[in-house]
Amino acid sequence: MNLNATLLGQSITFVIFVWFCMKYIWPMVGSAMRERQEAIAAGLRASEEADQKLASAATNAETELAAAKAEASSIIEQARGRANQMVEEAKDEARQEGMRLLEAARAEIDQEMNRAKETLRGEVATLVIAGAERVIEDNIDASKHEAMLTKLAAEL
Amino acid sequence: MSSGTKTTADYIQHHLTNLTYGQLPDGSWGFAHSGAEAAQMGFWSVNVDSMVWSIVLGLVFAIVFRTAAASATAGVPGGLQNFVEMVVEFIDETTQSIFHYKNDLIAPLAMTIFVWVFLMNLMDLVPVDWIPELAVLMGISHMKVVPSTDPNITMAMALSVFALIIYYSIKRKGAIGFLKELTLHPFPSIFAIPVNFLLEFVSLIAKPLSLGLRLFGNMYAGEMIFILIALMFGGGIGFFIFGGVLQWVWAVFHVLVITLQAFIFAVLTIVYLAQAHDSEEH
Repeated sequence: MNLNATLLGQSITFVIFVWFCMKYIWPMVGSAMRERQEAIAAGLRASEEADQKLASAATNAETELAAAKAEASSIIEQARGRANQMVEEAKDEARQEGMRLLEAARAEIDQEMNRAKETLRGEVATLVIAGAERVIEDNIDASKHEAMLTKLAAEL
Repeated sequence: MSSGTKTTADYIQHHLTNLTYGQLPDGSWGFAHSGAEAAQMGFWSVNVDSMVWSIVLGLVFAIVFRTAAASATAGVPGGLQNFVEMVVEFIDETTQSIFHYKNDLIAPLAMTIFVWVFLMNLMDLVPVDWIPELAVLMGISHMKVVPSTDPNITMAMALSVFALIIYYSIKRKGAIGFLKELTLHPFPSIFAIPVNFLLEFVSLIAKPLSLGLRLFGNMYAGEMIFILIALMFGGGIGFFIFGGVLQWVWAVFHVLVITLQAFIFAVLTIVYLAQAHDSEEH
């Protein structure tokens, strides 16, 4: 139990082992642990971010869906309005066309009637003159009786 | 007990004697044959058993931890790496909670102390007769297998730590600052210098002494009790069973002691070095 040179030997050994530990053990283990810690932290951060992204994507999808629905219903509404309008317009147009056709037909009928009346008038005058000639057996001077004949034709 | 002719005192004495190499009384160099002869060798002799076991256990620490460190990966760690990382993290946390300065030496120093001292103490749990008797069979007269029961070993580490305390005290505060701390504390007056110096010097010297002798004392006492228990095995069947139970109980208790003592040595090292870095208060 006496102190001797073992003291020196152990001191030297101690210094060597501490140096070895400081140089070749501690830094490697420490850096491996730090790296892993960082990797785990990064992983956790990434998963949190992914969670947040997922949540925001879900919200986005909901908003988009709602917007799309709203748009679709507004389009339908518009289309319905437009269709009604078109039907109304078509009805109007048809009514107008009908009126116009009616108008034209009426005008044509009037025209035809007038034309017939003219023709009839002319023929009646001729017939009257012929009849009167036959009755009178004499030639009526057309130019002399022109005024009378025209008046007669107008009365028919 | 190796042979019936030995007395109890011889048995105990044999277990407490180191294998010492030095200059024999006749002038030649060789191993001392008894404790008295070893004492006569003076300072220039070496306790070969303490040294060898200490180095072997230090190598166990260095090789095991280096193996883990060399293949340390940031990916999924294996069993050995897990274990080493556990120790590293434990020491790192302890260091960071006590030592608040930037110094890359402290934590590896504390880990070396903790693991190495623990391994040395662990040798205490090897039944006291196994290795010494094996040594006797191999022709080696003495063999103390627990290096930390040799004050040379514990004091060598304590004095190395002490050297670091002095080194960092001077490095951090300068020689003048360190002297001021020794002479102008706790009473900041020129007339109180002798009193201050006495107080501070005693507390400074107490650090390595308490560090080294605490470990030595605990381990020596523990070893002594194992030896005394081992004596019972020769005292008949009753004593044999009683001794067996006692040995088991003491070994279980000792598992705590050896871990605690290793931890205390490491923590006190950190504390003392932190104090050496503290320049203001204390």
